Amino acid sequence: MTPLSAYLVVAALIFAIGLAGALTRRNAILVLIGIELMLNAANLNLIAFWRYGPHPELLSGMMFAIFSIAVAAAEAAVGLGLVISIYRHAKTTDLEQTNRMKG
Amino acid sequence: MQEAIAFTPQIDASSIARWLWLIPALPIVAAGVIAILKQPRRKLASSLAIGSLGISLLISVAAFAHVLSGWSHGHAVRETVNFSWLTVGTQAVELGWILDPLSALMLVMVTFVGLLIFIYSTGYMEQDENYTRFFCFLALFAGAMLGVVISNSILLLFMCWELVGLTSYLLIGFWYQRPSAAAAARKAFLTTRVGDIFFLLGIVWLFAQTGTLLFYDHGAGSMEPLALGGLLVHQSHWGLTAAGAIGLLIFAGAAGKSGQLPLHVWLPDAMEGPTPVSALIHAATMVAAGVYLIARVYPLMSAGAITHGEAPGTTTALMVVTWVGASTAVFAALIAVAQNDIKRILAYSTVSQLGYMMAGLGVGGVAVGMFHLITHAFFKALLFMGAGSVIHGAHEEQDVRRMGGLRKYMPVTFVTYAVGMLALCGVPIFFSGFWSKDSILESAHGWPLSRMPYYMLVFGAVLTAFYMTRQVSYVFLGEYRGHGHAHESPRAMTMPLAILAFFAVMLGAIGTPAWPWFRAFLGNHAAEVNPHAFAEPAWLMLLLTSCVIVVVGLGLGWWLYGNKSPRAEEPDALEKAMPPVWTVLANRLYIDELYGATVIAFYYWWAKVADWIDREVWGDLVATITAIFKGWARLNRFLDATMVDGAFDKGCEEIYNGGGVLARIQNGRGQIYLRLLAVAVVILAAVLIWSGRR
Repeated sequence: MTPLSAYLVVAALIFAIGLAGALTRRNAILVLIGIELMLNAANLNLIAFWRYGPHPELLSGMMFAIFSIAVAAAEAAVGLGLVISIYRHAKTTDLEQTNRMKG
Repeated sequence: MQEAIAFTPQIDASSIARWLWLIPALPIVAAGVIAILKQPRRKLASSLAIGSLGISLLISVAAFAHVLSGWSHGHAVRETVNFSWLTVGTQAVELGWILDPLSALMLVMVTFVGLLIFIYSTGYMEQDENYTRFFCFLALFAGAMLGVVISNSILLLFMCWELVGLTSYLLIGFWYQRPSAAAAARKAFLTTRVGDIFFLLGIVWLFAQTGTLLFYDHGAGSMEPLALGGLLVHQSHWGLTAAGAIGLLIFAGAAGKSGQLPLHVWLPDAMEGPTPVSALIHAATMVAAGVYLIARVYPLMSAGAITHGEAPGTTTALMVVTWVGASTAVFAALIAVAQNDIKRILAYSTVSQLGYMMAGLGVGGVAVGMFHLITHAFFKALLFMGAGSVIHGAHEEQDVRRMGGLRKYMPVTFVTYAVGMLALCGVPIFFSGFWSKDSILESAHGWPLSRMPYYMLVFGAVLTAFYMTRQVSYVFLGEYRGHGHAHESPRAMTMPLAILAFFAVMLGAIGTPAWPWFRAFLGNHAAEVNPHAFAEPAWLMLLLTSCVIVVVGLGLGWWLYGNKSPRAEEPDALEKAMPPVWTVLANRLYIDELYGATVIAFYYWWAKVADWIDREVWGDLVATITAIFKGWARLNRFLDATMVDGAFDKGCEEIYNGGGVLARIQNGRGQIYLRLLAVAVVILAAVLIWSGRR
């Protein structure tokens, strides 16, 4: 097993765990955590492909990952803000209860 | 008739002649304004009509005074204003108007009598709800008639002539709710149309021969020697010159309008119109138009006549005019004897008097015929308006047998009516009718060809005196046999009667043998006072004849009808004396029946044939084509309903259903969306991997 495959397997596992969490949890905070996990699995892939790719001397892969983390941080802030706003509005963070997004 | 002073022609148009067009234009404009008025503006409508005609009368009097002053200074006034209306190729269609003694006289007569009739109408039509419409038609009628009078172009004359025909249709059928009035209007329109077709042919022929439409155009007009000479040279069929043939065609048109035999049938029926209309149409204007037309084209009618000494010569056209006129005079007088409707008696009397005018034109020339036209216009308007007053006073009763004794209830009407009646009978010396009828009889007596017209006219005169006596006895003498209480008419109606009665007496003074002013004025020579004319044996003979005529007529009438006051159910006195004659006369000599059996039956048959062709031939053709298109349309409808509509409906339904399914997925729960997204990603990944492996 090459180091790249090992990284990819680990990243796939993290992604799977995140997805499972996002789909199965009812608490909005935990769903958000699941999404964060999936995002970080993707970041791990980016770094792994950069490190074992054809041009490891260029900084492009690392820059990509850092951008992605920055966007994720902003996204987490927005997501938490939404959750707080939903909680204030409906006095709950249970996603089963918040089904008013129908068209 | 001697040419005492050589009259110098005066042809340059004066300012009054240049403004002559205002005379017909004013009433026509007034009619247009009245037409857009609202129905309740009655006062304004009648004031407009009367005012416009009043101004026309003033202008006419001014024009007449102008002609008169020219005449007394020894000028033969004939002023024309001509202009080119439109140019077709090299030919110009020219219109124009004329001021000469003939038109000046007619203008004054028509505007004056017309004005009196207008005033009378304000009283007579007071109760009618269509008062405004009535005055609109009246004004249009008067304008059209004045247009006929001033025309110097035969085309302009014809246009106004047709306008007169149209407005007479409108006026006779004014009470169109009555079927009889509508039928009478139609009859008048169609009968005069028969004459008008001949008239139009005459116009076209005249234009083709002379190349001008104008009567007088400084030597180039169709009534002037140059053109007439050309017409005489040209030979037509049956030994007629072109002048004679055109004259006859124009006379046919005049016969239609003036109710001459055999086109008189419309005139008695036209009594269905309101009485002022009868007075206007049958006394002063429309029927006079035909006589005026003949007087206007008299140079054409008499072209080529050879004069023998004093009596005017004659031509074929004038012979026809004379014979038709004399026959009409006798024939209509006969029918008038046996009528019971007060207005119908007067209508036949009008036909008869028009016959006199035509005969007068034929035997004696313009002055003789026109003199009777003018005097007749006054006394016949008087009689008609008197009859209207009687009808008004006797509660819309028109049957003379249901009147009687009105002398006591309607004194003004009685006196004026009696004046009119005596004038119509031609009572010597004091009444205008005597002088004008006398000059016709005198001319007929001196006619070189035959004495027959003279005897016919004398017989007609006896009949006239007879039927008028009968009518007056029935209406005014004896006891009142009508219903309700008879009453005198309002002042608006009696005042015109009095004015007309005055003229019916006085107008004779302008045409006596001692001072033949009228003849001189129309003939453009000086009038001489010659009291010795009364002493001439020929004239004394004639006076005697007239006296005998009147005495015989009046005496017969008085003997049969005077003061007897017969009841409506009883047979007429004449009927008792001569039943078969009475029956024939009462049925108007069966002329209407004759037309019904010939002309109308033929048209009826022809209409049936046309109807059959229309139904069977054209109708079937149209039906077949219709059936083909209907079949085609059915097929199209089927295709449209089943195929096009079906497909479209199905498509719509599927889209709707699909929308329902998709709507169910969107249930508003974020995790479900996310789950679908995950499933989709997995499927996408599987597809990518699977396709990558191959």
